[in-house]
Amino acid sequence: MKIGRIIVTLIGLVVLVGIVFTVYALHTVTHGGDESAKQPAVAGAPADITDPKARGEYLTRAADCAACHTVPGGQPFAGGVPFKLPFGTIYSSNITADKDTGIGNWSDDDFVRALHAGVDKDGHPLYPAFPYTSYTALSRDDILAIKAYLFSLPVAHAPARANDLSFPYNQRWAVSLWNAVFLKKQRFESVAGKPDAWNRGAYLATALGHCGECHTPRNAAFAMKHGEALAGAALQGWKAYNITSDKDHGIGAWSDQELADYLAKGHAAGRGTASGPMGEVVENSLQYLSPADLSALVAYLRDVPPQQGGVSTPPAAATGAAANATATAGLGEKLFVGACAGCHLDNGQGRQSDYASLAGMRSVRDPHATNLTQVVLGGSRLNVRGQHVFMPSFGEAYSDAEIAALSNYVLGRFGGQPGTLSASDVAERRKGL
Amino acid sequence: MNLRVPPSPHDVDLQSPSRRELIKRGGLVVAFMWLGGAGRVWGLPDNARLDPSHPAFAPNAFVRIGNDGSIQLVMPTVEMGQGSYTGQATLLAEELDVGLDQITVEHAPPNRKLYANPLLGDQATGGSTTIRFCWTSLRNAGAAARYMLVAAAAQRWKVDAAQCTVARGVVTHAPTNRTLRYAELADAASKVTMPDKVSPKDPKDFQLIGKPLRRVDTPAKVDGTLPFGIDIRVPGMKVATVRACPTFGGKLASVDDTRARAIPGVLKVVKTDNAVAVIGEHFWAAKQGLEALDITWERGPNASFSTGQLFKDLAEASEHGKPILGREVGHVDNVKGKVVSATYQLPLLAHATMEPINTTVHVRPDSCEIWVGTQVPARCVDVAAKVTGLPPESITVHNQYLGGGFGRRLFEDSVEQAVAIAKQVDFPVKIVWTREEDIAQDRYRPAYYDRISATLDDNGKPIAWTDRTTGASVLATFAPGAMGKNGLDGDLVECSAELPYAIPNMRVDWVRHDMPAGLAVGWWRGVGPTHNVYVVESFVDELAHAAGKDPLAYRRDLLGDNPRARAVLELAAQKAGWGQGQLPPRHGRGVALAAPFGSYLCVVMDVEVTPQGEVIMKRAVAVVDCGWVVNPNTVEAQIQGGMVFGWSAALYSGITLKNGAVEQRNFNDYRVLRLNETPEIEVHIVPSTESPGGIGETGTVMAMPALTNAIFAATGVRIRTLPIDRHALVQDQNALKAVLSDATPADAASGDAAATARRLA
Amino acid sequence: MIVLTINGHDTQVDVPDDMPLLWVLRDVVGLTGTKFGCGIAQCGACTVHLDGQAVRSCVLPASGAVGKKITTIEGIGGTDVGKRVQQAWLGVEVAQCGYCQTGQIMSAAALLAQKPSPTDADIDTAMSGNLCRCGTYVRIRAAIKQAATGTTVVPQTIA
Ligand code: FES
Ligand code: FES
Repeated sequence: MKIGRIIVTLIGLVVLVGIVFTVYALHTVTHGGDESAKQPAVAGAPADITDPKARGEYLTRAADCAACHTVPGGQPFAGGVPFKLPFGTIYSSNITADKDTGIGNWSDDDFVRALHAGVDKDGHPLYPAFPYTSYTALSRDDILAIKAYLFSLPVAHAPARANDLSFPYNQRWAVSLWNAVFLKKQRFESVAGKPDAWNRGAYLATALGHCGECHTPRNAAFAMKHGEALAGAALQGWKAYNITSDKDHGIGAWSDQELADYLAKGHAAGRGTASGPMGEVVENSLQYLSPADLSALVAYLRDVPPQQGGVSTPPAAATGAAANATATAGLGEKLFVGACAGCHLDNGQGRQSDYASLAGMRSVRDPHATNLTQVVLGGSRLNVRGQHVFMPSFGEAYSDAEIAALSNYVLGRFGGQPGTLSASDVAERRKGL
Repeated sequence: MNLRVPPSPHDVDLQSPSRRELIKRGGLVVAFMWLGGAGRVWGLPDNARLDPSHPAFAPNAFVRIGNDGSIQLVMPTVEMGQGSYTGQATLLAEELDVGLDQITVEHAPPNRKLYANPLLGDQATGGSTTIRFCWTSLRNAGAAARYMLVAAAAQRWKVDAAQCTVARGVVTHAPTNRTLRYAELADAASKVTMPDKVSPKDPKDFQLIGKPLRRVDTPAKVDGTLPFGIDIRVPGMKVATVRACPTFGGKLASVDDTRARAIPGVLKVVKTDNAVAVIGEHFWAAKQGLEALDITWERGPNASFSTGQLFKDLAEASEHGKPILGREVGHVDNVKGKVVSATYQLPLLAHATMEPINTTVHVRPDSCEIWVGTQVPARCVDVAAKVTGLPPESITVHNQYLGGGFGRRLFEDSVEQAVAIAKQVDFPVKIVWTREEDIAQDRYRPAYYDRISATLDDNGKPIAWTDRTTGASVLATFAPGAMGKNGLDGDLVECSAELPYAIPNMRVDWVRHDMPAGLAVGWWRGVGPTHNVYVVESFVDELAHAAGKDPLAYRRDLLGDNPRARAVLELAAQKAGWGQGQLPPRHGRGVALAAPFGSYLCVVMDVEVTPQGEVIMKRAVAVVDCGWVVNPNTVEAQIQGGMVFGWSAALYSGITLKNGAVEQRNFNDYRVLRLNETPEIEVHIVPSTESPGGIGETGTVMAMPALTNAIFAATGVRIRTLPIDRHALVQDQNALKAVLSDATPADAASGDAAATARRLA
Repeated sequence: MIVLTINGHDTQVDVPDDMPLLWVLRDVVGLTGTKFGCGIAQCGACTVHLDGQAVRSCVLPASGAVGKKITTIEGIGGTDVGKRVQQAWLGVEVAQCGYCQTGQIMSAAALLAQKPSPTDADIDTAMSGNLCRCGTYVRIRAAIKQAATGTTVVPQTIA
């Protein structure tokens, strides 16, 4: 039978290609890219930091290793931070220099290969929750400076927690296939014709700071969509907003000062306050960047091609006018003046701290109120430049209907948005907490 | 009238306010005892047994009239908002014929012999007893003092004392137009023989009692000058804050204070058995320091205990435990009729007094001084003696105004901890708990699991009634000696053993199921009645519903010969407009009737329940007969405030445990009612000449069933578990069905319960 | 060293910048009329005025009050509105334990300074951030109305 034969042949062909590809993938998985190739011309740490340990510390912060490897309040870099993914939970590893449970036995090459190729000392692929797709662009020097810093810290004996993943996601070897397709093992290359600051910002944003890991939308295979860099994405129940140069959807309308303030202090007047995962980034990483690096980052972000995704930002002037018109009275307002106005003030200006100002924030203009409900349910805290800013959580004592009403009221009153959150939406979001 | 803060310790010997000392300073000292019949204890109040004719003089506690014109009263009970100072001063002023503004009051020092509250068996303020136990003794004391002063005047003028009158502390002999002030008479009066017996005034002559007088303690409360315990500042004092093992019964294993010590202003880190405190120049330093400690706890036997487990255990005990009989009337067995039964569940509750727990202590080698707002000063001396090893005479307690008590300050645990901390340093230290600590280390109102059932005759009247409560005994830890003969803690059956209703056959019992060791329980505003009245009055509502009767009419029919209860019920019905007009959909009107603390109350409430399940309280009408009213202003305020306290608990508050530790932390998750959730509250007082009943806790008791009965009327959902699960009130047929299917057969059979309930209301 | 203007007096205090004003007032300056209730801006016991606006001093860093006029309960009686509010509080007998009342009065005074004739909704908005465990809310409402109108507006049992 002709048709039958064709089908068999086709299947055979697919299987063959599959096998060849798998062999290729498994073969190349431990390959970190051309290590001898030209290293990035930019260095991740300011030139005036010469002490190797200080340099390593600066880079470790810029790469925000602590975000994933330090449990809040726990020993630094001892791992164990859980990441809830749609298909299970994985835990970060101990990256202190402990010989049994950490990376004490890793050679320089092992460590560099881990960041460039996403494999562990034994060559087993790591899950791409570890942002090696970004770190692969780092220079060897910078990576080794980080390693030296980590090795200078007290060790922690903290055995890895077993991941809790369902089949097929618990098949690590499969990551090799993913890498073969999606991991471009290339070092950062400066763009000729762009100012030095721009290039430095690009290196900070794409390689060290790995902004895209959260802010760039992902495709069906969970790889970053490269055509849409920094156009905004949803993860872990939060929205990482569009931070392209689009005026309505991104940060195009922000002034340089506002951007720098936000990055350095977690708050830009009339623009927003960092909370949730972004709050952690400011707390652990961005607040420690030098002023020059911050302006470099700003210079780069300014220039990111505009994208239309995500929450749009009505012109600031319209916000106030729209406020009263759409504000829903009743339950939401009642709750707001009781539990919220103490800090935010009933006009949302923020009472004792700029951080409490709601004006202009994207979280109050997002009709889905994603980050807003997150903050209301779970609270928020930010330790920045000696300031301790916090908001208590209200999830425990307030009902779904109350939180929905409150969120809708805030959207209407301060964001000029018709909030349509229902109690069951809130119930759904609670599950993700 | 001005209130004095307690004198400094070296000024007067506070341990024994010696008569001699006072007499030396001149003037008349009338001493008396708060005598009111021996052996009455907490949990079994019965004001009727206070014998008004009992002579009430005994040496020591005092009313002092100085030859400088001062009139001083040492207050046996403390002021924590309930107006006790004003009430006590009023009783005395009435009999002395002076103005309230002429009296100075002082907190009593710790001294059980002199100041023990006969209703509580200890020097304690609680159980809505102040006016009940002072009603006789203070009036007698005032009357005796007046007799002696008038006698002194009569002697000087050589006239008949009966011809003398007194107004504002001035004795007048009208026929000769002569006057003398108390100040001028005080010394002479002290030589007059104290009468064996005096009669207090005939109530028709009352000038002050029953008038809506102003409180004596408020001026300093509106300008910020009145110091609470937390405001104490003594020379050289430092400030500390503390964290005890979050798991009850756990211990402190170790603490690394390296980071804490680096914080500017942190002075010292002090450990106790189960807690660690950071002492700083100010609270902020101490708090920062506390947060920077790396503490390891030894979590102990309760490390996996949870409230889920607690309720499982309670249910199990209710079924299989050994009941202790509270009251039996007739025979409940073999009564034929329609049986209705239900199970109720009440949570652990924290007090969350507005003023967080605090104590200031200075331990010296030979003495210990304590500044604290406490409901139990004598017990504070006991624990300080225990911790320091000093004799009780060397311990001074300066009692302070309480920023709310509600039962929390009937426990001296925090004082014990504070002394243990202060004894490790040689300067005075003020220990202030954070709100988080205050919630996490309270003495919680116990959780209860109650099974109640009734057999109805053909008219729907209960002819048999059984009520079994299961829960912990507070009394067993607070005053074990006061437990009943058969092991009964009267608190557990207060207001469930005695009902305002005539029911021929009753059996009320209690299965004792204490909390695991280390998890302390305590008195909470409304004590036993808060728990029992909620259950009984909800269930009576269920019965009315099962009988197809109007809940108010049903109660009226059950009352039997109970005129005081009947009067409050009728007035409440009239004032609230019961049965008049049609309520809109999802609006409901509920009623509750009870006789807690020797008073009679009926509360009617209107609520609206939104389709999303949110409860909006519209209006509350409270009618009270609390016997002789000393101050209607206070009665009204206490009912209003008490109801707000009860609604907070019914709607929002509940303490849950996970891993043996409390999950709630602060007002964001231990929620209490706010101003914009509070309805208008009308209070109507039924005039009465009976002895005064308690008032401070009655509103709290009534608030919960009145609210849940109104919610039933609005939605058809019977709330049998507190706090109210508002998700169960969502207007959604499935949700409604789920709730109803848990309910009694009587409920389930009644079809559209909400509509029925609305029609009935 | 920072300088704070408290009730019209310049006061030098040597405190960390991020120390909440509440503790500066209570533990350093010794003005204990401002109370601690929660420390997280949920109860209002710590309310003071900053340039006439009611703020929660428990979450206001001392540095944020520099150069502004701080008014506490100890100073509010010196203003016309404050005095009226305090008198209404006495007139209506609002206080029970009294612990929350200094904060309540500060919130009420700020409200009346901004809105001399507040509506019920204005009162709800301004006062719902102040908790009272003794439950004096009904009388707080009445007292604010009395302070605003100068006449006794609710029937009550007070003489
Ligand atoms: S102490 Fe500041 S709001 Fe509670
Ligand atoms: S009067 Fe006691 S808390 Fe308000």
